[in-house]
Amino acid sequence: MATHKQLRIALRNCGVIDPEKITDYIERDGYSALAKVINELGTVRTIDLMKKSGLRGRGGGGFPTGLKWEIASKNYADQKYVVCNADEGDPGAFMDRSVLEGDPHSVIEAMAICGFSIGATKGLVYIRAEYPLAIERLKIAINQAREYGLLGKNIFGSDFDFDIELRYGAGAFVCGEETALIHSMEGKRGEPTVKPPFPAESGYLEKPTNVNNVETFANIPPIILKGAEWFASIGSEKSKGTKVFALAGKINNVGLIEVPMGTTLREVIYDIGGGIKDGKEFKAVQTGGPSGGCLTKKHLDTAIDYDNLIAAGSMMGSGGMVVMDEDDCMVSIAKFYLEFTVEESCGKCTPCRIGNKRLFEILEKITEGKGTMEDLDKLRNLSNTIKDTALCGLGQTSPNPVLSTMDNFMDEYLEHINEKRCRASQCKALTRYIIDAEQCTGCTICARNCPVNAIKGERKQPHTINQDICIKCGVCYEKCKFNAISVK
Amino acid sequence: MAAKIKIPERKLQELKDICKSFNNEKGELINVLHKAQSSFGYLPAEVQEVIAQELNVSVAHVFGVVSFYTFFTMKPKGEFPISVCLGTACYVRGAEKVLEEFKKHLKIQVGETTADGKFSISCLRCVGACGLAPVVMVGDKVYGRVAPEGVKDILAEYNG
Repeated sequence: MATHKQLRIALRNCGVIDPEKITDYIERDGYSALAKVINELGTVRTIDLMKKSGLRGRGGGGFPTGLKWEIASKNYADQKYVVCNADEGDPGAFMDRSVLEGDPHSVIEAMAICGFSIGATKGLVYIRAEYPLAIERLKIAINQAREYGLLGKNIFGSDFDFDIELRYGAGAFVCGEETALIHSMEGKRGEPTVKPPFPAESGYLEKPTNVNNVETFANIPPIILKGAEWFASIGSEKSKGTKVFALAGKINNVGLIEVPMGTTLREVIYDIGGGIKDGKEFKAVQTGGPSGGCLTKKHLDTAIDYDNLIAAGSMMGSGGMVVMDEDDCMVSIAKFYLEFTVEESCGKCTPCRIGNKRLFEILEKITEGKGTMEDLDKLRNLSNTIKDTALCGLGQTSPNPVLSTMDNFMDEYLEHINEKRCRASQCKALTRYIIDAEQCTGCTICARNCPVNAIKGERKQPHTINQDICIKCGVCYEKCKFNAISVK
Repeated sequence: MAAKIKIPERKLQELKDICKSFNNEKGELINVLHKAQSSFGYLPAEVQEVIAQELNVSVAHVFGVVSFYTFFTMKPKGEFPISVCLGTACYVRGAEKVLEEFKKHLKIQVGETTADGKFSISCLRCVGACGLAPVVMVGDKVYGRVAPEGVKDILAEYNG
């Protein structure tokens, strides 16, 4: 794997240290950023440093972290909270899990730094119940930090107290939205509420609450130690530092990578990812999970940062990158994401609850070959309405997969509607397997492998497929050694 | 909701102790439900009623939370619960075909349990093991790069 393009800041310790040994972390400058903040910088200079570094939220939104801290620090209350959002729900994203499993102390240290800066004494980690190992490691790390006096009372001999508790998710994607997350931590249904008030004013138990994502936290100790200028020198103009991506799908090298912001998609997919599996042709890369969109060949030289991805019709999201090849049908992909959104919509606001369901139904109609040109207008209008009117981030971004596939793959939509054809042969209702009599040698391999005996023909004579019996499983297509079977 | 059952006295005390370990605090409802589900295997109406009483909230509130989160179930799962990941990475690598294969072999739908109580099928959204896609979990055991042809072998491990 090409590593020279990669730069590890958030993942600096993952795979290097034993995550269950606090001494390993301390040996690599662990907790010295916290010491520096408490003994040297103080709150105002720490927040200033964070602002100058240009770090933006890695959970997807990209809100400047220093600014978020400043707002929380200026709200006065008897109790404030620091929350770590570890509800990594985007399908295809696993960077937060890796940080928590591989380097839990970096998150604990950063939460304490945040607590000191905004004046909070309590930290909460909201973590998915689907991540048992991350929960285990985090528990061990918190206990060790307490034993070493790095959590608890009078940290580093100062009057700063800070401790961390865990809260568990229970399988609801919407809980990654910060207001929904806060309600879930309060033991309620994880439904979002209108902002303002922002959590920085009224969050957990109606107290000022600062919510940051796992990867955001993991970046903070190195920023404090090496300085804002160092961090700001990495990355692109408006997106500083690095980003961790989870490469998955039809790509040779799957796994986590960390690259400076501004790296191009081509470098990520070909130089680091090793190109497309089985020598197939690249079709699209989906970024930003259900809130993002599909980028195509024409975007391959786009420098990856928050603003460029939004301009291209997708978004950074938490960093999932699912690569698709010529065998993926983009209408089906849009449908797949809408199915996800329909299932995960909390149901509180109408545009999301009903609008997404309608979007899904129209897409289903198109993939079944029953779509009309009018449906395309409906899809676009409804998508724009949902974007404008939904209550929270989930609903406001849920039409993105539809809009981005319509923008980039309109020809596929048109084929489904006008020609009743799916070029990737993913839409079962639209596929027909046909044997080319001139290519067929009558080897009988297709007939012998057909699970429903739909193929007939004499030995050494061209075979035919009975379309009424054929279940379109594609076995004959895969087995034919003479390329005599085509999908129409 | 689930069929009427009677909670044995010993289990009832255990449930009350779970609530107590969280100081009968209503804000701890989700933590209480996690513990209760791992003790009972599922969350029938009767369990929800007891929790509501102990935490001094309405049964409707408890039911609202239980039904909101996919992790909580009101039906007992199989002895070996099968979860097929339908996250994006698994989807583009053929998870749907794997799911169909499980349904075909066990003759049950998603969310159902086999008559002998041995297997149940559910879908989940991303276990964060996308590098191993498609992923299937049986209980806590993770199977990576599962092909439809491999489904038979996985089931055989538990049918022995």
